[in-house]
Amino acid sequence: MEQSIVERAQNVFRDIFSNPALSITPSTTAKDIEGWDSFTHITLILAMEREFKVKFGLGELQSLTSVGDLLTLIEKKNA
Amino acid sequence: MEIAALTYPFDHRILLTRKKALREELLKNSNLLEKRVAILGGSTTAEVRNLLEIFLLKEGIKPSFYESEYNQYYSDVSFENPSLAAFNPDIIYFHTSFVNVKTLPVPGQSPEAVDDLVASETERWKSLWRHCALRYPKAAVIQNNFEAPDIRILGNLEGIYPHGAVSFIRRLNEALSKEIVSYPHVYMNDIGYLSSLLGLERWYDKNFWFSYKYAMSFEGMVLTAHSAALLIKAVFGGMRKCLVLDLDNTIWGGVVGDDGVDGLQIGKETPVAEAYTDFQRYVKKLNERGIILAVCSKNDPANAKSGFQHPDNILKFDDFAVFKANWENKDKNIREIAQELNIGLDALVFVDDNPAERVFVKSQLPQVAVPPMGDDIAQYKTILDRSGYFEPAAISDEDLKRSQYYEQQNRRQISEESFSDYGDFLRSLEMKAEIASFQPVYIERITQLTNKTNQFNLTTRRYTLAEVSAIANDSRYIKLQGRLSDKFGDNGLISVVIAQLEGTMAHVQLWLMSCRVLKRDMELAMMDRLIEKCHQCGVRQIKGYYFKTAKNAMVAEFYKNLGFSLMESQENGDSIWLYDIPDSYQNQNRYIETVSVAPKAESI
Repeated sequence: MEQSIVERAQNVFRDIFSNPALSITPSTTAKDIEGWDSFTHITLILAMEREFKVKFGLGELQSLTSVGDLLTLIEKKNA
Repeated sequence: MEIAALTYPFDHRILLTRKKALREELLKNSNLLEKRVAILGGSTTAEVRNLLEIFLLKEGIKPSFYESEYNQYYSDVSFENPSLAAFNPDIIYFHTSFVNVKTLPVPGQSPEAVDDLVASETERWKSLWRHCALRYPKAAVIQNNFEAPDIRILGNLEGIYPHGAVSFIRRLNEALSKEIVSYPHVYMNDIGYLSSLLGLERWYDKNFWFSYKYAMSFEGMVLTAHSAALLIKAVFGGMRKCLVLDLDNTIWGGVVGDDGVDGLQIGKETPVAEAYTDFQRYVKKLNERGIILAVCSKNDPANAKSGFQHPDNILKFDDFAVFKANWENKDKNIREIAQELNIGLDALVFVDDNPAERVFVKSQLPQVAVPPMGDDIAQYKTILDRSGYFEPAAISDEDLKRSQYYEQQNRRQISEESFSDYGDFLRSLEMKAEIASFQPVYIERITQLTNKTNQFNLTTRRYTLAEVSAIANDSRYIKLQGRLSDKFGDNGLISVVIAQLEGTMAHVQLWLMSCRVLKRDMELAMMDRLIEKCHQCGVRQIKGYYFKTAKNAMVAEFYKNLGFSLMESQENGDSIWLYDIPDSYQNQNRYIETVSVAPKAESI
């Protein structure tokens, strides 16, 4: 996975959780970040769509378990 | 800086990702008005709540929220609801939309059956409003209307046949609009308009609906929450009152000092001139509905004035209540404009084409709204209109006359200057006051005054329409409304006093007066009538309360000046005053002729 995509995603995370020191890796999950509840999750998905200019299809997100899964999906969609 | 994202044109990226930071930034404002907002949703409301919160914070209101369980808007107010009752909402917001229309017509249904359906659907919403009025009489209600459906089975015919969903929604919106005027505690959030503003294509996000049960897209929620925040602000009297305009390259193209009157771009000769004319026409309309206009221009005064000699101007020199054209800094001029009009800086909107002036004014006077006008005159009207600074909760006749008052006020000031003795001046005004118990036709105006009067206001108690109506019919209160006219014109209803009776004591819960009649002795006329009423009701003593706020220092000594004695004075600046009514009270007002109103018009 490209480093740049992780960094771009990390900036989105930092904005949303209002934490400039937040760092994410492909193995990060919702449990690792305080405040990542179901509503913030929706905001996160919308923000990712906007940042990477992708649109997730229905059901595409259901099997994802980590940030890595999400970024892999984004890479696949943008390939 | 990012707070600009909250002003039209909205920055959706920042609104989406930076809400937390924006919220923290806005919470630093120490002068926030706390309000309890119940959001009763017909779809998911979490994001609407978040957006509403930051838009309200930007308007100076700090909300706490109650949210219904998913899609429980109906049962939450229709049945006993201890948790909502305990929350005691100031605002009940029905965040509902097309998905909450209970029954749509079926294809081929008879016109009569569709009529019944419109009636029963309308009745369902009205019943919610009635429940609110009964259970939560203090609360104002914000009601979304409906957006057009996203699909049209019959294509264009959906808007023609009565059973078509498009025509059904049009009729339903029309029926709700018609009904809502009979429910003065209910305000409509017109998402029918907002959705067409955005375009249904961008309004609907079906993926968003199926996944999270959000009834509209994020952009749709931004418009909806912004509009609801403006309404809430208006309900609590926060509408701005005055538009301060630059001249050169703002209301006409060109620089009058350089290009001369004939060189100005205004009229129909060029596209640019047409755009300035169109903007002037918009400003003129604002003025006609009661927004005061002022000029603040770095200019030679004679040059500035000469610009109005161009015959194609829609705005005339006389339309401006205050005219500041000089070489002083604009913050100084804008301060003076506020002082001369007796309104707060937070009632002003400043429009200037020059970004440097905008930044400077914003930095010096953060209370003044300074919209990001950009440099395209074709967009000025839109930017000003969408920003919603002048969103009213209701338009009263008084609003429509307001701009005239200020013109008259200017003439009064001119005549004031020519008198050496102030008493002579007051006498020359030939003032007439009409002081009476609350009259039904003025209930709306009285409510409005209680919500927007900040300076001459002893307790700054805000009342809802329902509370004022209740007091009007309650014999345990003395409630006076005062109107004042003079030889220059009618000032309208400008003073309100509410006193609660308790045995032989009257507690003055509210005493306010509009600043446009300051120093006219109207307060003495009100006092005289209050005493007269006390005599009639067997009241022997009056207790007056002064609750200090950031804006009402001018009345700190009010009761003292009326002859009350200080009972109690608190560290926070509040004070309580007592007046023993003498048997032979001498009227204090000497310059105003008071007229009685026909007794049948009075409620007691």
